[in-house]
Amino acid sequence: MNFLANLGRVVLALLTEIGSIVLFIKDALVQGLTPTIYGRQIFDQILKVGYNSLPVVGLTAFFTGGALALQIYLGGSRFNAESLVSTIVALGITRELGPVLAGLMVAGRVGASIAAELGTMRVTEQIDALTTLATNPFKYLVGPRILAGVITLPILVGIADIIGIMGGYIVGTRSLGFNSYAYIKSTSDFLQVDDVVSGLIKAAVFGFIITLMGCYHGFHSKGGAQGVGRATTNAVVSSAILILAANFVLTSLLFSE
Amino acid sequence: MDETAYITLKDVRKAFGPKKVLNGINLTVPKGRSLVVIGGSGTGKSVMIKTILGIVRPDSGSIAIGGEEVTRLKGKDRDQFLQRFGMLFQGAALFDSLPVWENVAFGLIQGRNMGRKQARDIAMEKLRQVGLGPEVGELHPAELSGGMQKRVGLARAIAADPEIIFFDEPTTGLDPIMADVINNLIVDSVKRLGATTISITHDMASARKIADRIAMIHKGEIIWQGTARAVDTSGNPYVDQFIHGRAEGPIQMEILKA
Repeated sequence: MNFLANLGRVVLALLTEIGSIVLFIKDALVQGLTPTIYGRQIFDQILKVGYNSLPVVGLTAFFTGGALALQIYLGGSRFNAESLVSTIVALGITRELGPVLAGLMVAGRVGASIAAELGTMRVTEQIDALTTLATNPFKYLVGPRILAGVITLPILVGIADIIGIMGGYIVGTRSLGFNSYAYIKSTSDFLQVDDVVSGLIKAAVFGFIITLMGCYHGFHSKGGAQGVGRATTNAVVSSAILILAANFVLTSLLFSE
Repeated sequence: MDETAYITLKDVRKAFGPKKVLNGINLTVPKGRSLVVIGGSGTGKSVMIKTILGIVRPDSGSIAIGGEEVTRLKGKDRDQFLQRFGMLFQGAALFDSLPVWENVAFGLIQGRNMGRKQARDIAMEKLRQVGLGPEVGELHPAELSGGMQKRVGLARAIAADPEIIFFDEPTTGLDPIMADVINNLIVDSVKRLGATTISITHDMASARKIADRIAMIHKGEIIWQGTARAVDTSGNPYVDQFIHGRAEGPIQMEILKA
């Protein structure tokens, strides 16, 4: 009996959480992304979410591109497929690794900071204070962050694609002995617009997930410093898992033909 | 009292899950009067104020301001309704990302679309009214002491000349002298604006100073109300225990039961 009671409690808690996330999404879209628009807030958030994430996303992409080139070269040499390095690096980065790794890095960096900031604002009553100053917190806090996520993640991933492919190119030409011209030519011959676009679509979805989870957990944090810490952890963990799950779903949708 | 009620709460109830926080609150405040609600921690004081503002939605009951039902207001109507309010929060709740003057001017700039320069002038004037110079306006809230933060919070609450002001534990955490300074500022600014106010506190010195009327809340119900002077001769054992700060009496703390 105890087991059943516990199971029931877990299921109920899960359903409550899902329900409250869905309601939050509704408020975020209906209230947060409709006028009044706070231009300055949106601009600030684009800088914070996008521009400040460039170094970490760029470095991740660079090293991943390089490591990918090495792996494919070593693995491919078992069946004389070393020549595929440039193509696989380009496809792997643009379709999968670029958006996923950038998404995860931004989740760690931005998702956590959004949850911590809004969580602190919640427990110190700053969010209530916004309301009493006739400012809708969804419009002032949530909308700009989500908008910034959806706008900047594709840009970040576009840059990550370029840097990642460049990482592969540097390793390929400097240490694996590829001819520079041939490497670039085979990359541009085989890489299609769809490959890049599919990655950018993924990125926009990931941007939505990261900022939404950051805002949701921040908004619902309670109980002082510990509560804010918990909100931060939950924001990062839930957005990381949702990114990986959404990546699978999007991959099967985008490449289903 | 034969003054007509301006703020009226009728049988307001609110529960968080199984926990009943407001158990049928009935309360009236005449226009231009100052009501102080006293009561221990966790008796529903803050929740009561938040239901009036619409931050917390009551489960049932009616809240009317100037005869207008406000519990179901939404969107633009609600924003306009909130423009009539000012609130001083317990921890001041200043926005730590903004300098002091922008905190004070926030409701003017964001809520009322006033130009920044004009809003800044008003903010500096309000800061002066609470005894803070223009140099404080440029600082960030984290650089201020607790008493100064409270004063900035007060300046923010009165910045838009509201009709109704709420004070949530205005003196908690301050030394007695600073507490009295805040009390005086509250009395002064309320008089200047002619505002209707509800304050919640457990500081009796503060209650006596700022109240026209006092109401006591216990377990989500108003158990006594009367004029500020009548509080000493209420004959109500709960009120007597509270104002004299005794551990023994009809109010038992949770710790004793556990």
